Amino acid sequence: MDEMTEQQRKTGSRSWYLRGLKDGVPIGLGYFAVAFTMGITAKNIGMTPLQAAVMSAAMHASAGQFAAMTVMASGAGYLEMIVTTVIVNLRYLLMACSLSQKIDSKTKMRHRLLMSYYITDEIFGAACGVQGRLNPFYQYGMATVAGPGWTVGTFLGAVFGSILPMRLANAMNVALYGMFLAVIIPPARKDKMIASVVVISMAASYLFSVLPGLRVISSGFRIMILTILIAGIAAVIKPVAEEGDSH
Amino acid sequence: MKEYYLYILLAALTIYAVRALPMTLIRRDIKSPFIRSFLYYVPYVTLAVMTFPAILSATGSIRSAAVGLAAALLLAYFDGNLFRVALGACAAVYVAELLML
Repeated sequence: MDEMTEQQRKTGSRSWYLRGLKDGVPIGLGYFAVAFTMGITAKNIGMTPLQAAVMSAAMHASAGQFAAMTVMASGAGYLEMIVTTVIVNLRYLLMACSLSQKIDSKTKMRHRLLMSYYITDEIFGAACGVQGRLNPFYQYGMATVAGPGWTVGTFLGAVFGSILPMRLANAMNVALYGMFLAVIIPPARKDKMIASVVVISMAASYLFSVLPGLRVISSGFRIMILTILIAGIAAVIKPVAEEGDSH
Repeated sequence: MKEYYLYILLAALTIYAVRALPMTLIRRDIKSPFIRSFLYYVPYVTLAVMTFPAILSATGSIRSAAVGLAAALLLAYFDGNLFRVALGACAAVYVAELLML
């Protein structure tokens, strides 16, 4: 009987991995375009293509890497690098909290450590779109495709600069946002509370980007502040049911 | 140039810690209804805030970006498939920029 369930788990993981590979394609495409510009920036501050690629493979964070490169270019100290990295990437702390509840509580430590390595905005977004519990292999599948897209894109950006046709790069840039919308719009269609949360979040984000004073807040920090504020208020107004809506 | 690698190592370790701490330390299902509800809403807020208005400046012009946004919204509403929504939005932007020039 145990063998049976083990077998089932294995086939389950395999089909999740394959599904991850498929959903990783648009992520990888979008990454490639963004990473290309990342590589150009890296080259401009004097990094070699290899250094730029290593950085991408180790961090896979867009705003986080841009911030890190700013610190490097300014020649600031190592402590500043650590503090900046924490602040700019603090939203990942929230995403990881959310994911820790999305995976099965019995998920093994090695999976937790491996999954942590590849929590990005986009992969988090896709993982949230999964019904019920998140299987680690879904994330590994996406990372298998998206990871090289990010790293190779950075490398090529640093080597070739702006050789990618502008129009193609522009078009690829919206892939990531399209994915985000594919995650949040279908549930918003079914649930009025989620719809309200989405609309209010976008409106607030817009205000933060235009209002003097608020405009100076970095986008990483804006995401943090608004997430805590709006998700907190929503949780008070309409708490989710005890069981059933497992998330 | 060598110290660049030290910078990269520090940044990589720091960002990994930010991601791994909650994943490894929170090993039980949280019981508090407030925290559960809060975490339930987190992705919707985070993804909505990241998408808008950033998507409007992601392409060559705000007009082609608006076309991409509209295409993504429509596809997400009626179809909802990750891959088709993402590629559909890209295609819409590409065509929009072709027609505008």
